[in-house]
Amino acid sequence: MGCIENLKYEMILPLGASFKECREYAEKNFSEVWYVDPGYKLFDEYIIGLPPIALGIEEGKKIIFPYTKPCHGTYLLRIEDPDEVERVRKTARKKK
Amino acid sequence: MPDISVTPKKALIVLGCPEAPAQQALAFHVTHNLKTRGSEVLIAGNPSVINLLKVSDPEKHYITNTMVLEKCIAEFVEKKRDCDLCVVFAHNDAAIAYAATMRHLLPERRLVVIVFGKDPGPLADEINFPCEKIVDKAVHNPMQLKAKINEVFGWAVSRT
Repeated sequence: MGCIENLKYEMILPLGASFKECREYAEKNFSEVWYVDPGYKLFDEYIIGLPPIALGIEEGKKIIFPYTKPCHGTYLLRIEDPDEVERVRKTARKKK
Repeated sequence: MPDISVTPKKALIVLGCPEAPAQQALAFHVTHNLKTRGSEVLIAGNPSVINLLKVSDPEKHYITNTMVLEKCIAEFVEKKRDCDLCVVFAHNDAAIAYAATMRHLLPERRLVVIVFGKDPGPLADEINFPCEKIVDKAVHNPMQLKAKINEVFGWAVSRT
């Protein structure tokens, strides 16, 4: 998974989840949701997907985001990184 | 959108997971037809799909420029690279996400999404962004999808 593979991540949705399912899960299960467009840089990688891409924030320090690979589909991952959370809050669009 | 009949100077072909054999044959077909008409073709995919092409074409008659997908996406995001035509092969949900990404990164370029596999209809229905869709139930046999591709690109009279 590139450099994200080297981070400490949790997989929220199992392999085989569709991109739409990942977006819906993030929107329904997290009170703080932000939107970005494809090509948004997160953890030094460019995020792939159908815009708008939903990012969940949990406990103010964890980011929930979709991560797409050609053969595996889209993973919904959770990574703890307060600094990256702050960057998302400054650069993404908040769900109204 | 650019005129369909104009041969692109630079074309990008984005390949999906190589588990459907029709993709590889059609990637050669599309590349060959674009190159013989003067296009510069870059093929992007994961390492497996790129290696399949390279091993199949050791003298590089068809495949000359390749790039790992993540690096390719990065270069388009960073505006280090551009193209006139982008062709995305899609037989799973992930590939549709890549096609949507290319649409976002190349809003004014011609985007053709070739949707194939055992059940391409629902996959094609996921596409809610502007593009040309070529849809056919192809997994192993590329012939019917090849005919549709030829028709869309105006290669119908080609013997290749």
